[in-house]
Amino acid sequence: MVLPQPDRPVLVSIRNLSRSFGVVQAVDDVSLDVYAGEFLTLLGPSGSGKTTVLRMIAGFEKPDRGSIELGGTDVSQLPPYERDVNTVFQDYALFPHMDVISNIEYGLRVKGVEKVERRARALVALEQVRLGGYGERKPAQLSGGQRQRVALARALVNRPSVLLLDEPLGALDLKLREQMQIELKELQREVGITFIFVTHDQEEALTMSDRIAIFNRGKIEQLGTPREVYDNPYTTFVSEFVGQTNKYDLNGTTINIRPEFITISKGETFGDRTVAGKLRDAIFVGATTRFLVDTVDGGTLIATQRHEDIAVGDSVILSWESEKEFLVN
Amino acid sequence: MTISKGARYALTSLMGIGLAFIYVPITVVVINSFNASKTFSWPPNEFTTKWWSKAIENRGVREALGWSITAGLSATAIALVLGTCLAYAVSRYSFFGKEVISLLVVLPISLPGVVTGIALSNAFNQQIGLSTGVLTIVIGHATFCIVVVYNNALARLKRMGTSLQEASMDLGANGITTFRLITLPNLASALFAGGLLAFGLSFDEIVVTTFTAGPGIETLPIWIYNNLFRPNQAPIVNVVAATLIVVSVIPIYLSQRLSQDSTSGGRF
Repeated sequence: MVLPQPDRPVLVSIRNLSRSFGVVQAVDDVSLDVYAGEFLTLLGPSGSGKTTVLRMIAGFEKPDRGSIELGGTDVSQLPPYERDVNTVFQDYALFPHMDVISNIEYGLRVKGVEKVERRARALVALEQVRLGGYGERKPAQLSGGQRQRVALARALVNRPSVLLLDEPLGALDLKLREQMQIELKELQREVGITFIFVTHDQEEALTMSDRIAIFNRGKIEQLGTPREVYDNPYTTFVSEFVGQTNKYDLNGTTINIRPEFITISKGETFGDRTVAGKLRDAIFVGATTRFLVDTVDGGTLIATQRHEDIAVGDSVILSWESEKEFLVN
Repeated sequence: MTISKGARYALTSLMGIGLAFIYVPITVVVINSFNASKTFSWPPNEFTTKWWSKAIENRGVREALGWSITAGLSATAIALVLGTCLAYAVSRYSFFGKEVISLLVVLPISLPGVVTGIALSNAFNQQIGLSTGVLTIVIGHATFCIVVVYNNALARLKRMGTSLQEASMDLGANGITTFRLITLPNLASALFAGGLLAFGLSFDEIVVTTFTAGPGIETLPIWIYNNLFRPNQAPIVNVVAATLIVVSVIPIYLSQRLSQDSTSGGRF
């Protein structure tokens, strides 16, 4: 399932990785190549194994079987402090007894970089995450978004070959999260470091990633660009986890169609498929409205589009292009 | 919860009586240490600090104070090292018999002192052949001092979680560096609080001390006990008792303050 990207060398090569906790098979025979400089997202619901894969790359968990190669060397048995990767933690894990600049310097300090140089590099990193002047503060005096940036600077200042991010935006409010998504992506292009990003938020994954690996029950269900994953989901799980999907029984065959490809109207049709029905509910969600329609043959379809002047209970026609339908295994 | 006026008055006065039972006698001891009358006529009609100077000049008192401090500091030091190690092991690793060990560590504080005392005394004299002296007092005190250090350290380690250590290792620090630069500084205030409590416990301990102190070694509580019924010494006994009260109360007050501070500001 690994897509060839011949212009970039493979940096992280994961082969047949497995890990169980008691009776739970958290990661089940996962193989994955990560290319140098790419932004790869591990996407899946909680308990799907994505975080365990990340923790095995970082070295916090040892795999039961399989190998993790970093730049051609198997690192799967090395302790975290001997791997050229750094992590941005979900709870940031800033050291509460150190000020911001000492937090950022920490990695250089324990590696024996001398004081003048590490201070200079830490200040550059602080500027890079746009927190210049905050060096003297303690983590407790920062907001959630600022702590997040400090955690990022603390990892990036070491110039790791891979940066691991474990749901780093989960604790931020929506507005800040969307802003950080863009910033993070820009930062990644700027520094050119490979990012492996874990999230359960499909929108986040689609926004930021070069490629997405979708995890379910310890396995990768699909690996591809956001576009490929969205337009051509291989499995029902992927189609339902990434975006929304109508599963609809049409003359004995089950078809899958995204709500945004369905047009709702009172008479006109747009496309070669048409289904009549009655509007059960219209949910205004800002830019679009979600229309829930009970069809004449007893099914339900959801159409998402700009608001239409249709009242609940009205008879409507749903239409779409059959080529927008997709099949899953 | 709302309670009637009558009930509130009743509860308030009950609480007042309860507190008075505990603190009036203690206050009397402290006041009497300044009472000029040698027979402690009450209420005192004159105050003096001469008992305090006499107590300071008294050789027995000074020696006892020295032994108490030596025993307290040594027992606290042992408790800090062993208690921290135990708490670290119990909080960070899983191993066979962990729960049992956890219980066994905490048990000595609830064992009757007389049982601990007799057991230790037997062990020292008969099984090990160690003659009782200041070393045996220190070992005896360490058995219950460990408990408070262990409890404080364990609570802090559990609240710290593992992510700070993971972050440190992730940034390139090995286990020892991580303990020195990250774990220990974040544990420090809990250890200080535990150490203060341990010292306070050791300083006023008498039961275990009675059984583990050799002849000729008197800690302050034992000195009081030995001099309690000598009328000549009565004024000095009050002074020593007042000192014991102060030395035991300050650590407990400080350690409570410290634990409160650390719950609000130690972690975010």
